[in-house]
Amino acid sequence: MTQPVANCPNCGAKIVFRWSSTVQTVCEFCKSILVRTDVDLKKVGQVADLPPDSSPIQINTEGKYGNKAFVVVGRILYEYDQGGWNEWHVMMNDGTSAWLSDAQSEYALSLSSKAQNLPAPTQVHVGQQFTWNNQPYTVTVITPAHYRGVEGELPFQYWDKTDVTFVDLRTESTKFATLDYSDPEPALYLGEFVQFEDLKLKNLRSFEGW
Amino acid sequence: MSASTPPLSGPPKAQAKALNCPNCGAAIVLRSFGQAETVVCASCHCILDAKDPNLAILQQFEIKTSDVRPLIPLGTRGKLRGADYEVIGFQRRSIQADGITYCWHEYVLFNPYKGIRYLSEYQGHWNDISICKMLPMSEGTSANYLGELYKHFQTCDASTDFVLGEFPWQVRVGEKAAVTDYVHPPRVLSSERLDKEVTWSIGEYMYGREIWEAFKLPGAPPEAMGVYENQPSPVTTNVAGMWLAFAAFAVLLLALMAGFDMRAKKEPVFWQTYRYTRADSKAEASFVTDVFELTGRTSTVQVKTYAPVSNHWIYLNYALINQDTGQAWDFGREVSYYYGYDSDGSWTEGKQNDEVVIPSVPPGHYYLRIEPESDPSLPVIPYTVNVTHDVPVFGIYGIAFLALLAPAIITSFRAYTFERSRWSESDHPPMQLSSSSGDDE
Repeated sequence: MTQPVANCPNCGAKIVFRWSSTVQTVCEFCKSILVRTDVDLKKVGQVADLPPDSSPIQINTEGKYGNKAFVVVGRILYEYDQGGWNEWHVMMNDGTSAWLSDAQSEYALSLSSKAQNLPAPTQVHVGQQFTWNNQPYTVTVITPAHYRGVEGELPFQYWDKTDVTFVDLRTESTKFATLDYSDPEPALYLGEFVQFEDLKLKNLRSFEGW
Repeated sequence: MSASTPPLSGPPKAQAKALNCPNCGAAIVLRSFGQAETVVCASCHCILDAKDPNLAILQQFEIKTSDVRPLIPLGTRGKLRGADYEVIGFQRRSIQADGITYCWHEYVLFNPYKGIRYLSEYQGHWNDISICKMLPMSEGTSANYLGELYKHFQTCDASTDFVLGEFPWQVRVGEKAAVTDYVHPPRVLSSERLDKEVTWSIGEYMYGREIWEAFKLPGAPPEAMGVYENQPSPVTTNVAGMWLAFAAFAVLLLALMAGFDMRAKKEPVFWQTYRYTRADSKAEASFVTDVFELTGRTSTVQVKTYAPVSNHWIYLNYALINQDTGQAWDFGREVSYYYGYDSDGSWTEGKQNDEVVIPSVPPGHYYLRIEPESDPSLPVIPYTVNVTHDVPVFGIYGIAFLALLAPAIITSFRAYTFERSRWSESDHPPMQLSSSSGDDE
């Protein structure tokens, strides 16, 4: 397996890309946030120490979603008034990327989706309905969240954030949607809640005494 | 990977944290590896910010701790739904109804991989509770979750009276939430509204002994009092299914009856009218009839007797005798009919007709031996004897029908009384109970 390899412009450590479409990564050693350019890697920032975290998932955790295997290559860590959660960036074995979120051990897998005329944050209220791909979604929570850090490889640049708003939409089934207002242009993610057991996760973090 | 690559520095192994209460200095153990939002000091009952490295004090509350004690101590581990869970938090909540305070207890359970789930206990009734992953749809007095219909049981304001240990939310003593329960035994669907946030959870009824087994607790669990809202009925039989089965059997019985009725030849083989006279009674009373033939298969023989008696009786000693083998079936029949008037009006007793069916009579040549008896005061009593071969017998179907009907009725009644006790505690008590409980006469 050939993986693109580069060196950290800050500390010189070897940077290995697990996913070919990675736009941004974090040096494991000096925690520099590095963005891929056409020619090399550019340091754009520095990750402060990430807060202690209760997720059993870590970079390199492997799992299965349906009949596709995936590996965790990066994450974005958020905080809101009820705690923190991770959006783990996972690379599927067909080369596509997806997001595995764990908020207090509730697991969900979602994919970035294209949709026209996404509502502005001020236009959304709880109880409102939206239909994407013929599936109606109901707004259940609007969460003001706080960006806490990044780790590993991401499909876009994501590092100079502070407060971000997320809109959770649910359905009568396991399907859900998230509207992400991190950027001026809203982003839509469609996915479903998954059972921890069904993900068949390997290379999980260990907890003392468990 | 080349040898120059330094080893990967994954996150350090997570450890349970030991800290001290900023108020009283007692040791505080954080068991949930950072999933807790709040933690309560076991000695001074300060509610502390579990996210704060210094455990900032969020609330202090006064409590007489003697009467609040978790049945499963904090830190106890048990196996639930195939995974190990540790008790990390405990709270007592209460509701007020008709001036009475009802308390129940909730336990916060933790597994670092599976996350948080809850146990609740009310008067020996337990529920295994987890947060709904999907959004239930509530409409009026029912709610739908995962395609199952839940009936509204009650809505009340639950206040938190006492807390201990860790909670994955901002717990406060005195906080009130509007709790609505919908039931579909053995499950209960609950919504808790706090400010504007609504949390849905799904619980499944558990017996105390299951909890004691799961957590290997000493002694015996407290006995369950009364019927709980989502307690599964001890009538494990599906009552509707039972009636369906009963209906199916009844149809089958009817079909069998119809089938046997069609198959029966109902062939008259002998008929004759005789006269009983007193003079005869002094002579040899018994006589024999002409021989008649029963053809075909072994089957029933019906003997009908008609005597136009009024305020009288005649008794006939019969014997059906096989001419070829000598085999005999003896039976006695009485025909009596009385009528009259009394203070209640007119009355009658008995009938002028009698019939009897002898089962399993093989084919062959038969005759009847008849020995009539009667009150000697009446000189002449005419009577007619009719013999029919191969008649259907329906009595056995009646017995089968009752044998099937009885358990269905008993089960229905038991199920009904159990459901009645269940719903008498709800916002929708059965009519009679609500009126009789109002005034204790």
